Amino acid sequence: MTEEQTTPTPAPKRGVSMSTQIIIWVALMALLVLVGLGLRKAQNPIISIGSEVPDFPLTMFEGYSYQGASEVNFADLQGKVVVINFWASWCKPCEQEAAELEEAWRYYEGDGDVVFLGIAWTDTPDNAKDYLERFDITYPNGPDLGSRISAIFNRNLGVPETYFIDREGVVSSIKIGPFTSVGEIQATVDPLLK
Amino acid sequence: MKRLFWITTLILVLSALATATVIAQGSTPTDDEVNAIAKDLFCPVCENTPLDVCPTDACKEWREEIRGMLADGKSEAEIKQHFVDYYGARVLAEPPRSGFNWLVYVIPPIIIVAGAFVLFRALRAWSQASTTEAGVDEEDAPPSSDDEYIARMEAELKKRN
Repeated sequence: MTEEQTTPTPAPKRGVSMSTQIIIWVALMALLVLVGLGLRKAQNPIISIGSEVPDFPLTMFEGYSYQGASEVNFADLQGKVVVINFWASWCKPCEQEAAELEEAWRYYEGDGDVVFLGIAWTDTPDNAKDYLERFDITYPNGPDLGSRISAIFNRNLGVPETYFIDREGVVSSIKIGPFTSVGEIQATVDPLLK
Repeated sequence: MKRLFWITTLILVLSALATATVIAQGSTPTDDEVNAIAKDLFCPVCENTPLDVCPTDACKEWREEIRGMLADGKSEAEIKQHFVDYYGARVLAEPPRSGFNWLVYVIPPIIIVAGAFVLFRALRAWSQASTTEAGVDEEDAPPSSDDEYIARMEAELKKRN
């Protein structure tokens, strides 16, 4: 009779260790969450009705100024009703409302309680200046340098887009698309002056 | 006579210089030169559209802006910087290597290296496991039917010899 000698064989290694797998899955999940948050952030406008507008500087085009200065900070306009209009010279609907905005500005300019700010969005400097000259626009106007101002208001901005901000610096109304009459602008601004 | 010669020479030299200046100023950059820069920039309005192929009026204006800057003697780097200053870093085909943008450059190579490492380890583990199993099979395997047949064949042949 022979005795069978059985030697225990070590279990073969199976792929990646559990700890490495956990690390990989956690890293992948973290990456997905990061991408998801980024996409969500990119698709949501930052400013909506009721939002307080953060401070930003607007450097104006040559020949434009506010109270003698070629740069204005939004924070300096506290206590006034502010109308911020994003436009571009290549935007045909912007041309439809250019005259109305200028007329409304001239209507309110004297009292000093309302400030209009025009912001040329993704526009070449020469074309923007030609547009301002063509429509005889006199209210403070400047380029959205580095798209930094539009990034504050709406990352998916289209033009024309107009924000009405009350004396406390809070957005009270947003108009997407062109105004059809001066009356429409006045109907939005007047309640904010009371 | 000598005086006339010098006056004529002077006029000719000045005329040549003036012509050279006019030629230098009048050289309009070609579409290819403009597009060589425009292809590295993206339309700030239409998403994911390179500026050299973007058909909108706005893009045409931006290409003309590039042409104008090239005509003014601006370098490619200066033109791109102008576009970044004016329209933001999103116009660049490649995001600038700063801040969070570094993740774009760092994460893909890390994932590729990590993936290759995991694959390598998995393949090595599978190969070791199959070798061990093959060794065990050889030792414990009963004689195959082929071996038995060959043995019988050999035995028959020996008998005949």
